[in-house]
Parts: sequence; structure tokens; C-alpha cells
Amino acid sequence: MDFLRGIFNTSLGRKYIMAITGVGLFGFIIGHLMGNLLVFVGPAALNQYAAKLHSMGPLLWVARLGLLGMAGLHIWSAIKLTTENREARVVEYEEGVNPVDGHRRDDIVARFAARTMIFSGLIIAAFAFYHLAHYTWKVPQINGLEVDFEEEFFVHEMDGENNQTAFVTPLPEGAGKEGEHAADVYRMVVAGFKVRWVSGFYVIAIGLLCFHLSHGLSAMFQSLGLNNKKYGPLLDKFAIGASILIFLGYISIPVGVLVGVVK
Amino acid sequence: MGKELNLRLKVWRQDNAGDLGRFEEYEAEGIDTDMSFLEMLDVVNEGLIEEGKEPIAFDSDCREGICGTCSMVIGGVPHGGQQGTTACQLHMRHFNDGATITIEPWRATAFPVHRDLVVDRTAFDRIQQAGGFISVRTGSVPDANATPVPKEESDLAMDAAQCIGCGACVAACKNASAMLFVAAKVSHLSLVPQGQPERERRALAMVEQMDEEGFGNCTVTGSCEAVCPKEISLDFIARLNREYGRALIKRETSS
Repeated sequence: MDFLRGIFNTSLGRKYIMAITGVGLFGFIIGHLMGNLLVFVGPAALNQYAAKLHSMGPLLWVARLGLLGMAGLHIWSAIKLTTENREARVVEYEEGVNPVDGHRRDDIVARFAARTMIFSGLIIAAFAFYHLAHYTWKVPQINGLEVDFEEEFFVHEMDGENNQTAFVTPLPEGAGKEGEHAADVYRMVVAGFKVRWVSGFYVIAIGLLCFHLSHGLSAMFQSLGLNNKKYGPLLDKFAIGASILIFLGYISIPVGVLVGVVK
Repeated sequence: MGKELNLRLKVWRQDNAGDLGRFEEYEAEGIDTDMSFLEMLDVVNEGLIEEGKEPIAFDSDCREGICGTCSMVIGGVPHGGQQGTTACQLHMRHFNDGATITIEPWRATAFPVHRDLVVDRTAFDRIQQAGGFISVRTGSVPDANATPVPKEESDLAMDAAQCIGCGACVAACKNASAMLFVAAKVSHLSLVPQGQPERERRALAMVEQMDEEGFGNCTVTGSCEAVCPKEISLDFIARLNREYGRALIKRETSS
């Protein structure tokens, strides 16, 4: 009990929660990117990958609930910590920083990314919710096409009769939503990102995510006590480098769709 | 004698803890560039007293940069933003003639303002009392070299022990977090053999007291390290994070 209290009820403990759930969510961001980049390999690769994920059954739910739990804890402790931080200084300082030793201004003022973690984080959470509604729950009203992805994009095992399915993919045994149908993720992605504002929102959200990561990826090492002057600068470089790569990786998908590389 | 400066000061005036406070402006004329910032304030106060006004209250003691008593935010930066310097060691030669200088107290819920620029920093004392000490028999001199201390560790412990508890880290932090202070105190004692028996208890108790005082949380922005007059490294915060986790596990597995 004391251990849990030491984690959940103290400032340092909640920072551990932030860091550890952050690592988990970062793992998801990488895995999700790797999987989705299969869109450039071709319809078969992406659809097969999606079908394989769906065929995992209970394991899929373990992963989903795990992610939900991590995101929930991450957001809960972020809100709690931010509230405490606000309360810790009620009266603000008068003016902007204007140190005698002017060239040190950037050291004294916290980086913009570090100051805005709660905002970038909450917007990312809102986007994640939209993204789930868009492609996972397939809510027709929000995809900008007024099309039900559920009905429109699936792979028929028996093709040729009606040419409704553009891509026929050999599926693993028992895969697919209703036994014989599996979602045609590839065509869904292409159709979904053809909508300009959907892609635009996506790019902005990914930008914010990477902005969030540019601070989070190095700060989590500090929160877990795994930082020092020797490899701290390397961790900062890793955080920024990884953020840029993730940004380029994710936006390559809507950009690929819009410029017609992926069709 | 150095050059002379004429400055305009915008100073936070607050009669007592309950007062809302406001800024008041003063002219500081004929300020010698060789004066320290506090000496400049002394001159201004002399003038105020002559005019029959209430002088600006501010904390100071040693005036040689080692006691940690002076505490004011000068131009938005605790201790005025000259690297590794307390306000008392900041000299007027760093300011331009005709400049307007804003002077404010530390702003933190855990450091309530007593009067003008004087804040109550007993929160730090309570954190120290919670565990920032070692228990030893006093009275007689211990045998020399009875407790060997590796040179690297004693060096590191001394780096942390430089903390003078001025509170600039709290004042600079956007979250008014006391992590750098607590980190310095915990690290200093956990690095030397004398601090080992109470190592876990210390980390747990000091963190608990820190939270209780209403300081914010560390978001690794590095502002504290940048303004610390003793240049305490952010590495000590990583060390405190480590010490705290270690203490949690140790307490759990030993009972």
C-alpha cells in the first residue's frame, strides 16, 4: 500500500507514471507507424497486416485495454500535476525575462515545447479520439465523405462476381470481421485521406505529437533518474531526431495519398 | 570611483502578507557602477528615509554570496541573471545608464511575501527538518580517516552541498518547483558514507514534505539550473528521482 501511495500520491511518483506510460505510448506510436507504412508496400501487405492484428482475438483486447489504461494514466497524472503547478504560483511575475546576461535568455526561459506539454497533449488526445472514430469505429458523419467505411471498404473472398472489391488479399484462417469479410484498410486509408481537411487536421495533430515528443522523449529519462550531463545532450538529440523521423513517417501517408503516390 | 548611473526602479511594495501589493517607481540617481545591487538599494532606501517614506524591505545578510539570504527577481530573473551570482554579488556596472529595473519578490505559493521583497522561506527549513540531516554522536572529534570517502563521490557531494537554499530555483521554475533544492540536499547526503543509515528515510520524508509545502512539480525545463547562483546541476534532480524510486522499493522489500 505504501508503495502505491508513494507512486500515486507524490509528485515524483506521478512523474514516474508520466514517464513509464509515456514509454508505452511511444512504443505504440512506433509500432503503429511501422504497420501503417506498409501502405507503401501495397494493398496486400497492409490488408494482411490489419487482418492479422484483428485475428489475434483476446490478445488484441489486452493490447487495446493496455493502451487505454496507459493513455488514461498519462492524462490523469498530467492534469493532476498541471493543476498543482498552477496552484504553486498564484501571483505571476510582472514582465518578460530580460536578464543582465542577455545571451543566456534561452537557458532561463523554458523551451516552448516544455511549457505547452499539457496543451499539445490534450489536443493529441482529442485527435486520437477523432482518429479512432474515423477509422476504427468508422463513424460515417465525420469522415467528410458521408460514406460508411464499414459497408464500403471490405475485402470479398469471392471476387469476380461483382467488381465491388478492388483488392483481393489472401487472408489468414478465420480472419476478418464477419468471418468471410475483412476490412480493406488500404482503400479506406486512401479514401479517408483524399479529404483535404482530414489530412490537414492529421498533419497538424502529428506535428503537435512530435512537438510533444521533442520534450517528452528526453524528459522521461530525467523523471526516471536515467539522465546525466554525459549522455543528456545525446538524449536531447535523440528526442528531436526521433520526433522529426516520426513526423516525416506519419505525414508521408496522407501526403502520399494526396500527391497520388498511394492510390 | 566608477561611472555614475541614473536608474529608474520599479519595485514591488507590499505592506504585509495580507496586502495585495503594487509596484512603485523610484529614481536611483548617482549610482556608482562599483556598487553591488544591494548597496544600490541601500542608497535608494537612505533617500526614502530622508523623505520620511518607508524604505524598501529586502533580505540580506553576508553580502558575499554564500548565505543565501538575498532573494529578489531583478528584470524577471532571480538574482538578476548574471550566471552563478547572487543578488548581493551582482554589480551595477552590468546595468546601462537610464535603464528601468523591475524588482520583485520570489513568487511562489510556498513562499508567501512578508513585506515588499521579503518572502517567508521556512518551507525550506521544514523540508530540511524532515530529513536533510545525519544523526551522529557529537561532542568528541572522530578518528581521522575512520570513514574513507572516495574522492569522486566527495567531489560530487560537495557540488550538491554548495546549495545555499536561497530559493532562486523555485522562483525561476514555471511550476515553482523545489526539486533542485531537495535534489541538492538529498544527493549531498546520500553520496557520503555518513548519510547512508538514513538514506531511504531521508529521500521519502523530504519529498513528502516538499509536496506538503505546495511546491509544483518538475517538468524538466532547466530554468532552475540556469539561475542557480551555485550552479547546481539538473543531474541532481535525476539523482533524486533515482533515490526516491530506490527508497520506495527498499522500504517495500525490507518490511
